[in-house]
Amino acid sequence: MREPAVEVQQLGHSFGRGATEVEVLREVNLRIEPGEVVLLTGPSGCGKTTLLTLVGALRQVQQGSLRVLGKQLHGADRATRQGLRRRIGMIFQGHNLLRCLSAEQNVQMGADLLHGLGYRSRRDRARQWLRAVGLADQLNQLPHDLSGGQKQRVAIARALAAEPQLLLADEPTAALDSRTGREVVELLQRLAKEQGCAVLMVTHDPRILDVADRLVRMEDGRLLAGGPSDPETAVIAYGGS
Amino acid sequence: MLARLWRGRRIPLAWLLLTRQPVRLAVALAGIAFAGILMFMQLGFRDGLFEASITVHKQFDADLVLISPRTMSSIGMAAFPRRRLVQAMADPAVRGITPVHWNLLLWRNPDTRSTRSILTLGFEPGDPLFLDPALTEKARLLTEKGRVLFDEQSRQEFGPIAERFRAGEVVETELAGSRVRVVGLVAMGPSFGADGNLLTSRETFLSLMPQTPPGSIELGLIRLVPGADPEAVAERLRRLLPPDVTVFTKAAFEEFEKTYWRTSTAIGFIFTLGAAMGFVVGCVIVYQILYSDVSDHLAEYATLMAMGYPLPRLLGVVAREGLLLAVLGYVPAYLAGQGLYALVRSGTRLPVFMDPQRAWLVFGMILAMGMGSAALAMRRLADADPAEIF
Repeated sequence: MREPAVEVQQLGHSFGRGATEVEVLREVNLRIEPGEVVLLTGPSGCGKTTLLTLVGALRQVQQGSLRVLGKQLHGADRATRQGLRRRIGMIFQGHNLLRCLSAEQNVQMGADLLHGLGYRSRRDRARQWLRAVGLADQLNQLPHDLSGGQKQRVAIARALAAEPQLLLADEPTAALDSRTGREVVELLQRLAKEQGCAVLMVTHDPRILDVADRLVRMEDGRLLAGGPSDPETAVIAYGGS
Repeated sequence: MLARLWRGRRIPLAWLLLTRQPVRLAVALAGIAFAGILMFMQLGFRDGLFEASITVHKQFDADLVLISPRTMSSIGMAAFPRRRLVQAMADPAVRGITPVHWNLLLWRNPDTRSTRSILTLGFEPGDPLFLDPALTEKARLLTEKGRVLFDEQSRQEFGPIAERFRAGEVVETELAGSRVRVVGLVAMGPSFGADGNLLTSRETFLSLMPQTPPGSIELGLIRLVPGADPEAVAERLRRLLPPDVTVFTKAAFEEFEKTYWRTSTAIGFIFTLGAAMGFVVGCVIVYQILYSDVSDHLAEYATLMAMGYPLPRLLGVVAREGLLLAVLGYVPAYLAGQGLYALVRSGTRLPVFMDPQRAWLVFGMILAMGMGSAALAMRRLADADPAEIF
């Protein structure tokens, strides 16, 4: 059996100390197989983003076991976490593109993380990814001159250009209108599937839930639903919330 | 190796960060250039002033010189027996000697009637004095008593002597209370201790200074046969001559004079302090620019960290920004320095030149400025927490 992309066991996390300590994650268990697309929903402040930053190796694990791409993150040092981040693609709520770089250069910042590739082949990869997200004509535009949807597509291209095995997305449609949001998420799902890349996406957007292989709902720092589910019923079950 | 580096090159992030904000870049470069110019000017003035203290010294046709051990500088030349110079002739390596009288005398400006001291050198008109061969011709005019050669580069305060002489007028005025006539012009240049210079014959000099003890001079020039080692001959003369004279090589004589001005005046301190201020101002400017640049792009740096870029790579970006600012800021500073030096030379006749040593020194200071500020600005990067950007 293949190793899961993410394996979370009894994960707990809290902020603050002493009297002001707030527990944000409690006994979280989650398993994401390679190539699986998992959507994480839940009310604001329920700990979704904290879970995402933990899986993304951006925070130190406090309690429980967290294995990402075969690496145990509990007690991992900075170098391990930073090395792991190279293999994880991240897409943010805001696009977080570098303002001073063109679309192509932004994507190349992702491709530059690959070892042993020449400048030209990294640039060609960047162009190829921009073509894949439908921005072949916007290579030299600065983020400033792109629409919200276009910026988010550049961010997707940038995340995928580093050939990640796991893609983390935090409300990628938050800043987009419904049609563009839908397009962007579909694109994201299709490209991730083609790469065999697992996806963990946090979202509030009920219109995009059907792209998931599995839905997970979180409330008060606990995961409510696990296991594979039929996207159709998922939409019915969570669509109204 | 180069091909591998070229293949492995990356997006020039530091360059793009700087150039995509042209106004801020221009302000930064103006600031650095200003600091650089300040350093160039202060150090230029300092070295120029010290160099100016030996404008006359440099022109003597001598390998070795004799002065009195009581002499501290060119503005207080003490006398010593002329006999010592003649004794030096005993050394086989000595080819020729020139005794020189040296004093500051009061010159009356023929127009305003005000007096001012002028450096007056008295020598035997037939003897070689300066390296410049043009003087030999003019020196003949001094054989008649009461004649002087006036330094056309003397400061304006001595009167429009050169202009009037060139216009064909007979220029006569009072020197140390006696009437003298200008019979020619020479080019020597004012020095630190003297605003102007005069050359005259030994005979005229002695008549202007009747209290001079007979057989005493203030400076002895010694020329050596070609191929002789000045240091070795100087050492031999030191042993040969009694301790009432000091033997210097020409270079040591010049250094002796510079050292006097360096140690007995605050000039070195003042101008070095000025240069240090330029350095500090530059540091503050570069630090401000880099710090706000890092602050403005903090979210982007955090994003890069989240993507897996190691912190040292990002610190490298800030360091490269500092390096680029230093190099780009140095160019206008250097060019403006050249221009201002030319201006100072024509305005004050100070020998201020862009010597390579100073050019490198200022470059090193600007580089230290850029890298030091970058190192301080890097601390801001530690505030970039990739977990905060979600």
